[in-house]
Amino acid sequence: MIYFDNVTKEYRDGTPALSDVTLGISPKEFVSIVGHSGAGKTTLIKMLLAQEKPSQGAVFFEEVDIHTLPSSSLHHYRRKIGTVFQDFRLIPNKTAYENIAFAMEAAGRADDEIASDVPYILDLVDLGDKADHFPSQLSGGEQQRVAIGRAIINQPDLIVADEPTGNLDPVNTYEIIEILKKINELGTTVIITTHNKGVVDAMGKRVITMEKGKVVRDDKNGHYIL
Amino acid sequence: MNFTMLKRMIGGGAKSFMRSGSVSFATVLVMTVTLMIVGFLIFLSAILSYTLAAIEDKVDVNIYFVTTASEPEILLVRDQLATLPEVAVVTYTSRDKALAEFRERHADDQLTLQALEELGENPLGASLAVKAKDPGQYESIVRFLSDDISNEVIIDRINYFQNKTVIDRLTSAIRATESAGAVIVALFALASATIIFATIRLAIYTARDEIAVMRLVGASNMYIRAPFVVAGIIAGLLSAVITLVVFYPIAWYIGESASGWLGGFNLFTYYLDHFPMIFLTLVGSGVVLGGVASWFAVRKYLKV
Repeated sequence: MIYFDNVTKEYRDGTPALSDVTLGISPKEFVSIVGHSGAGKTTLIKMLLAQEKPSQGAVFFEEVDIHTLPSSSLHHYRRKIGTVFQDFRLIPNKTAYENIAFAMEAAGRADDEIASDVPYILDLVDLGDKADHFPSQLSGGEQQRVAIGRAIINQPDLIVADEPTGNLDPVNTYEIIEILKKINELGTTVIITTHNKGVVDAMGKRVITMEKGKVVRDDKNGHYIL
Repeated sequence: MNFTMLKRMIGGGAKSFMRSGSVSFATVLVMTVTLMIVGFLIFLSAILSYTLAAIEDKVDVNIYFVTTASEPEILLVRDQLATLPEVAVVTYTSRDKALAEFRERHADDQLTLQALEELGENPLGASLAVKAKDPGQYESIVRFLSDDISNEVIIDRINYFQNKTVIDRLTSAIRATESAGAVIVALFALASATIIFATIRLAIYTARDEIAVMRLVGASNMYIRAPFVVAGIIAGLLSAVITLVVFYPIAWYIGESASGWLGGFNLFTYYLDHFPMIFLTLVGSGVVLGGVASWFAVRKYLKV
């Protein structure tokens, strides 16, 4: 489904963020990417979201080299991916409901579909009673649940979560991971990056360990080892 | 693009304009002040052109005829002048009328009147007062008269040659004022456009992260951009309406109090008479600048 082919990324000043990364991810996998800060986890995610271009190599999503897509049609590709970030990245002047609805509106879905799907997803992430709250009125865990709701509303093939629990306490971390696990069990591929040893070890799924821009371990039923 | 998407873009723009209260308020405030400058420029150029027209109107050339010139001869000259394209008005003053005017002018001056009585006959010749459409055209009018030799016998003098320097100076002063006015208007219009651009860029700068998120969530460039353009247009429209409303009492006050000082020009009457033009200029510049500025301001943050 996803294939990184000898991807190298050097920033303009010459510092390498990724060097020669080759890895494949199959449909319905749950993959954790672990490593110290600056190991290249976020750069890897940015490559996948076509936020940055590789200096060498290519990234394929279902046979398409995503970095050959023109900027004007990138949004079609991105609708196949739901994204969750450490800093939530909700739209501040939209309510929880509107933040989730925005992804559907932008994809051109019909009004009646939106009216029926958004409340369902809000219930799924346990925010049915906070639909009209703005992000500033929600706790970190709640904001992240809105972000997950927004990521899954269009039934994407892939969920990418960059440090989704980085700003959350243990209880909220547990809840977020449970939701992601459930989404994966329903058949969506999930890729997360994390620092959290507890999260990785409890999962018992594939773990890719990165160090200095290189993949140093790739375990099927991995643990957090650094 | 279908109707649903259009509705969402417009609705989204209106909603985000309402919700980003303080930023929208600041934008409208700056745009209002800027559009007021544009409005004052309209007023200023109206006052300027009214004043210049009034001055131009005071300039004329008088042709004095010898006392022996017969009335039909003079009227012939008048008719010839009237056919010239440069000439606006020709006024004929007969010998009798000239005398009557002279008497009236010197009604308090017994000595002059006595001298006139002693003369026994009317010493004044008839005259033609010529007004050109443009003060620069007097020379060619006068040349037309001097070219005709038959005129030389009946024309005593033409005061253009005495007034030439004054007329020339006035003409060039009027031209200079007009072009200086045009330059000032152009400069201020440019400054206004720049201020509006900068303000909107600042307003959209606060939303740059939002734009990046929208891109990542899979919104097309068009879908992200349109609400900002709509919000810019709303800001422009609102500012223009506020400006028009505020100008009503201002124009009334200036019209009431400064009309005499402006040589009879009433700003309030001008405002009401030219309302459609002022409305279109202000609303047009508000809407176009707001929309175009938003369009360009968003572009910068779409490169995600």
